[in-house]
Amino acid sequence: MGQRDVSAEVPNEASVAEAVATALAAIAQAATTAELSAAKYEHNGDKSFLGLANRAIGGLAPDERKAVGLLVGQARGAVNAAIAERAEALAAAELAAKLQAERVDVTLPVAQHPQGAIHPITAMLERVGDIFTAMGWEIAEGPELEASWLNFDALNFTPDHPARFLSDTLFVDPPEANKLMRTHTSPVQIRALLERDLPVYVVSPGKVFRADEYDATHLPVFHQLEGLAVDKGISLANLRGTLDHLAKAMFGDDIDTRMRPHYFPFTEPSAEVDLKCFVCHGESVGNPDRPCRTCRSEGWIEWGGCGIVNPRVLAACGIDTDVYSGFAFGMGIDRTVMFRNNAPDLRDFVEGDVRFSRSLKGDAR
Amino acid sequence: MRAPLSWIRELADLPAGLSNAELATAFTRAGLQVEHIECPADAITGPVVVGQVLDLVEEPQKNGKTIRWCHVDCGPHNPESEPSRGIVCGALNFAVGDFVAVALDGAVLPGGFAIAARRTYGHVSDGMICAADELGLGDDHSGIIVLGHADAAGDFVPGSDALEVLGAYDAIFEIDVTPDEGYCLSIRGLAREAAQAFGVAFHDPYLTPVPAPSQAGYPVVLNSASCATFSAVSIHNVDPNAPTPPWMSSRLVACGVRSLGLRIDITNYVMLESGQPIHGYDAAKLTGPIVVRKAAEGEQIATLDGQLRTLSADDLLITDNTGPIGLAGVMGGQTTELEAETTEVLIEAALFDAPNIGRTYRRHHLASEASRRFERGVDFNLGFAAAARCAELLRDLAGGQIDPAYTVAGSVAPMPVCDVPAGLPSKILGIEVPLDKVVGILQASKVSVELLPDDVLRCTPPTWRRDLVDPYDYVEEIGRKIGFDSIPVVVPRATSGRGLTRLQKARRDVTHALVDAGFVETLTLPFIGEDDIDRLGANAMDTRRMFVRLANPLDDTRPYLRTTLLPGLIAAANRNTSRSQDDLAIFESGKVFVNTVVGEPPSPTPPVDKRPSDDEILEIYASLPDQPHMIAALLTGNWLPATWNAPAEPVTWQHAVAFAETVAAALGLQVTRRAATRAPGHPGRCAEIQALHGDEFVSVGFACELHPDVVKANGLPERSCAVELNLDAMIDFAPENGEVSPLSSFPLTKQDVALVVDATVPAAAVEAALVVGAGDLLESLTLFDVFVGDQIGAGKKSLAYNLRFRHPERTLTEVEATAARDAAVAAAAAATGAVLRG
Repeated sequence: MGQRDVSAEVPNEASVAEAVATALAAIAQAATTAELSAAKYEHNGDKSFLGLANRAIGGLAPDERKAVGLLVGQARGAVNAAIAERAEALAAAELAAKLQAERVDVTLPVAQHPQGAIHPITAMLERVGDIFTAMGWEIAEGPELEASWLNFDALNFTPDHPARFLSDTLFVDPPEANKLMRTHTSPVQIRALLERDLPVYVVSPGKVFRADEYDATHLPVFHQLEGLAVDKGISLANLRGTLDHLAKAMFGDDIDTRMRPHYFPFTEPSAEVDLKCFVCHGESVGNPDRPCRTCRSEGWIEWGGCGIVNPRVLAACGIDTDVYSGFAFGMGIDRTVMFRNNAPDLRDFVEGDVRFSRSLKGDAR
Repeated sequence: MRAPLSWIRELADLPAGLSNAELATAFTRAGLQVEHIECPADAITGPVVVGQVLDLVEEPQKNGKTIRWCHVDCGPHNPESEPSRGIVCGALNFAVGDFVAVALDGAVLPGGFAIAARRTYGHVSDGMICAADELGLGDDHSGIIVLGHADAAGDFVPGSDALEVLGAYDAIFEIDVTPDEGYCLSIRGLAREAAQAFGVAFHDPYLTPVPAPSQAGYPVVLNSASCATFSAVSIHNVDPNAPTPPWMSSRLVACGVRSLGLRIDITNYVMLESGQPIHGYDAAKLTGPIVVRKAAEGEQIATLDGQLRTLSADDLLITDNTGPIGLAGVMGGQTTELEAETTEVLIEAALFDAPNIGRTYRRHHLASEASRRFERGVDFNLGFAAAARCAELLRDLAGGQIDPAYTVAGSVAPMPVCDVPAGLPSKILGIEVPLDKVVGILQASKVSVELLPDDVLRCTPPTWRRDLVDPYDYVEEIGRKIGFDSIPVVVPRATSGRGLTRLQKARRDVTHALVDAGFVETLTLPFIGEDDIDRLGANAMDTRRMFVRLANPLDDTRPYLRTTLLPGLIAAANRNTSRSQDDLAIFESGKVFVNTVVGEPPSPTPPVDKRPSDDEILEIYASLPDQPHMIAALLTGNWLPATWNAPAEPVTWQHAVAFAETVAAALGLQVTRRAATRAPGHPGRCAEIQALHGDEFVSVGFACELHPDVVKANGLPERSCAVELNLDAMIDFAPENGEVSPLSSFPLTKQDVALVVDATVPAAAVEAALVVGAGDLLESLTLFDVFVGDQIGAGKKSLAYNLRFRHPERTLTEVEATAARDAAVAAAAAATGAVLRG
C-alpha cells in the first residue's frame, strides 16, 4: 500500500495547512493563465488533496464533520481567492502586452478623401448674401446677357455715355440689337423694381463683364454685389447705416466706413464708400515705419460706389418719386476677396488652379 | 487734374497756415478726390542755384559731339576769390548772358544722381547746368533750362535758389475730377471750391462780361447746332521770339503740359486756369471766313500731329475757304498752326456740344486736354473772357496789339431753372438742414435762389454748373457742402424677407455637397471659339454650336459666349497639369448662352420717362437668348493617389456619374441612367443622366469617360472623365416638399437572387423590373455582385441582388417574402430575359 489513502485519513490542521501552502506557492509561481489553470486543477481540483478532503467530509462522524468542514472550506476559499487574484493580475498583464503589441504610428496618413473646396468668390457671395438675408433683404438675380435698356437706358445713362462704347462694354453682335454682357448687376435692380411690389430691399450678386484688360489687377469678368432699397422715407443716412453695418459684419465691430461725393448716372447724390483699413486701422498713415500693404498706408480702402437712386431711374420703373425714395450701392467681390485675403493676382481667380480654391479653406466662409 | 498750390492760392485767399493735408481733405470731402500730392523739390537735395553764363567756348570732340566750356557766375557759390565756376555743358540752346539752373557739388538730383566736380573733356567741370527732366520737372531733355536772357537781369540773382525760381517747391495736387464736375478741370473751378470750403474770398480772373454778338472781328459762320458760340479775338505783331517766363512754364509742366513756345503756352495756360480750351491760328494763313460745320462723310483733315484723318458726318469741323482747318474741340489742323515766324494770331474760344466732341475724340482715338474738357462741359459763358485773357497775356508777354474789333458768334440758351422744395435736402440726406443754411450754401455756390411760396426754392445755376438740373442735383450740392461725414448712420428696417429662394438654396446645397464630396470649384472665363467645340468631337448639328457671338470679343479666337462649361474646365485642367497638378476633380457652376432667339430681333429701347408697358417689358425679356445655369466637372488622373496603405484609385466614369448623383441627392431628385452616344464621351462609357419629371424620366445631361480623341485633342491625361448637367432643369424637377412615410418596426426578411442576363442588358433595366415586380413589400435592394465567366456562358453576365422585404403592419411570413421575390424575378425575366441562376 504505497499510496496514502486520503479518504481513510481525516484531514487535520497540519495536513490542510500544508496543502494550502503548497497550493499558494504554485499559484504564485503560475506565469500564465494556462499555468494558473493547471495549478488550480492540481491543488484545488476534485482530485487534489483539498478536493478529496472536501469529499471525505461527508463520511465523517457528525461530531467531526463541523470542525473539519470549516477547516477545509476556509482552506479552499483561501486558495480560490488566491487563484482569482492571480488570474486578474495575469489577465491585466496579458492585455497590456497585447495592447503594446498592437501599437501603431498614429501620425501615418489615414484613409484619404479627396479635398474639395469652394471658390473664394462663391464663399464671399454667400457670406454677404447671408448678412443681407439676416437683415430681411432678399437676393435678386438676372441674366448675364442683358438688354441695353435694362443695363443703360433705365439707369439714366445718356445715349452718348462712354460706357456704351464698344471700347468699354462687350456687345452681342450686332451692337444695334441692343444686347450686351451686363456691365454691372444694376439691371437686376431694374428688374426688381419692374417685377416686385414696393417696398423693395434686394441685393444682387453676380458676374459682370467689361471690355477690360486681363492682368493682375483687371479682369474682363468679375463679380459684384449691389444693393437696392426703395421705400418711403429712405435717406442717405439709411445708406450710411447699411454700409456701416455690412462693414462691421464682414470686418469687425470697429470698422467704419466713409462716403466721398462722387458721380454715377443712376444715383444722385452719389458717393464712393471707403472702408477703414481692417489691418492697420489707419495707424500706417504718415508712419513709414509701419507701412500697410492692405490700404497702401492710406488708412482707407476704396470699396464701392453708392448713392440715392436717381429719381429718373425710379420714374423709368413707374415709381412715384414724390412718395418713394431709394438708395443703391455696389462693390467688387473679387476686389474684396483680394484685399481681405491678400490675394495678389486677380488672374488666379479665373485660371482654375486648384491650389487657389483650396488655399482659403473654411476661412473664406 | 494736376493743380499747383501756388496757382490755387493766387485765386483763393486760403488761410496762410493751411497744410497740404488739410486742403486735400477739404477737396476729397467736396467730391474732388486728391489722388496724391507731390512736390518736385522733395526729390532733390543739396544746392541748385541760379547762374549766369559769362562766357563759353565750343569745343568739338573726337566723338563728333560739341561741348561748351562755360564760365558761370554763381554769386556766393563761386569758388573763393573767383568770379565764376567752370562747367562743361553738352547742350547748345543758350547764349552768353543767359540765366541757367546749376546743380552744385553735393547736390543729389532725382533718381539718386549725385553731382560732384569731375574731370571731363579736358576740364574740371565744377557743377552741372540742368535740363528740366534732370530736375524732375517734366520730360524735356531737348536742352538745358534757360531761366531768362541777359535783358532779364533784374529778375535773377546769381547764386539764389533756382528751385524757387522754377516753382519746384510748389505742391502739386493730383485730383480725380468726376464726370459731372467738368468745371473743376480748371484752377478756377478748384480754387472756387477751395475758397468755399474754407469760407474765404475767391478772385475770378474771368469776369469780362459776355458782349453782344458781333462780327466786327474775323468773320465766323456757325452752320451746326453743335457749336453754340464762337469768340474770335485777333492779336497783331506778336513777337515770335518772346520766351515763356519760368513761372508760366513751370506751372504748365506741373500740370503735365509741355512748354511749346510762348504763344501756344499762353493758350494752354488759359485753358488750365479757366477750363476753356483755346485754339490759336496763324491769322496770316486763314483764307476767308471761318465756318463751323459738320464734316462730309469721308472728308479728310491733316491734324497737328501729322496724321491724315478720314472723317465721319458726325464730326464737327472748323473750316475756311481752303477746307478743314481744325477738328473742332479735339485738335487743330496743320495748315493754320502757329509757326516759328507767326506774328498774327487769331484766338478761338468756342463752345462745342459735349457729346459730339466725346464721340469724335473716341472715334479718332484723340483724347486731348481740350476734348476732355469739352466732353465734361465747359462754362457756357466763358469763351469771350478766356479769349480776352489770352489776348492780354499775348500783349503783356509778347508785345502784341489786341485788335479792338472782335467776333462773338452765336449765343447760349439760358441755364435751366429748377424748383427745389426747401425740405427736400433734409429728407433725402437724412439730416435736418435749415432753410437759411440751404439758401446760404447754394448762394455760396453762385446759384441764384428765389424763395417761392410753400418753401420752394427757384434755383438758377451759374453757367459753369451744368450738373445742376434736377432737384436731387441740388440735394447733392447741399450734401457735398455740409459733408457726407456729418450725415447720421441709421440702419433701415427692411420688410420681412423670405430668405433664399428655392433656386438659390438648391444651388448652394449642390455646390456644398460637391465640395464635401471632394470636388474643387473653379470659375473660368466664358469666352470660347468654334475650335473649342470641335475639340469636344461635336458634330455639325450639335446644339453646342448655337453660338451667341460678341461684336467686340476680347480675343478674336474666342468670339463666342460659352455654350458649355467644358472648354473652360479643360483650360483649367491644362493649366493645372502644366503645373504638375495631375489629379483633378474640378467643377464649375455657371450660365451658358444658347442662341435661341430666332432672327435676332433687336431688344426694344422704350423711352425712360415712364414705365414701359407690360408688353414692352416682356418683349425686352424675350429678346434675350436662353442662359441656362449648368454644372459640370472634369476629372483627370487619380481620384485618390497611391498611399502607404492603398493603391491609387484612378478616376473612372463612375466618379463622373457619382458627381451627377451627388447633385441629384442634394436636390432630392430621382435620377436614372442609360447608355448614350454623346460628344465628348467614350461611345461605350457615356451615361445619359435622366431625372424624374412628373412621371417620366427626362434627360438633364451626361457623365462619361472622354473619348480618346477628345483626350488627345485637348492635351488631357488619358482616361479623363467629364460630366455636364442642366442645373436649372434639375432644380426645376426636384420635389418641392419631402414626405416622411410611417416607419415599420416589424422584422425584416432578406432574400438573395442571382439573375443571368445577356451582357448587353443594362443593370438599371434589371433593377427597375425587380422593383416593379417585387411590389410594395420591397424596402430596398442592392446589387452586390456582377459576375462574368464560363460557368454562365459567353455573352452573359450574372447580377446578384440582395432584396429586403418588410410589411408595414405585421410580421412578414417567409412564404410572402418568397412570393414577392418570385414575382420580382418573373418581372425581370419578362422585361430583360433574366434567368434565375441555378
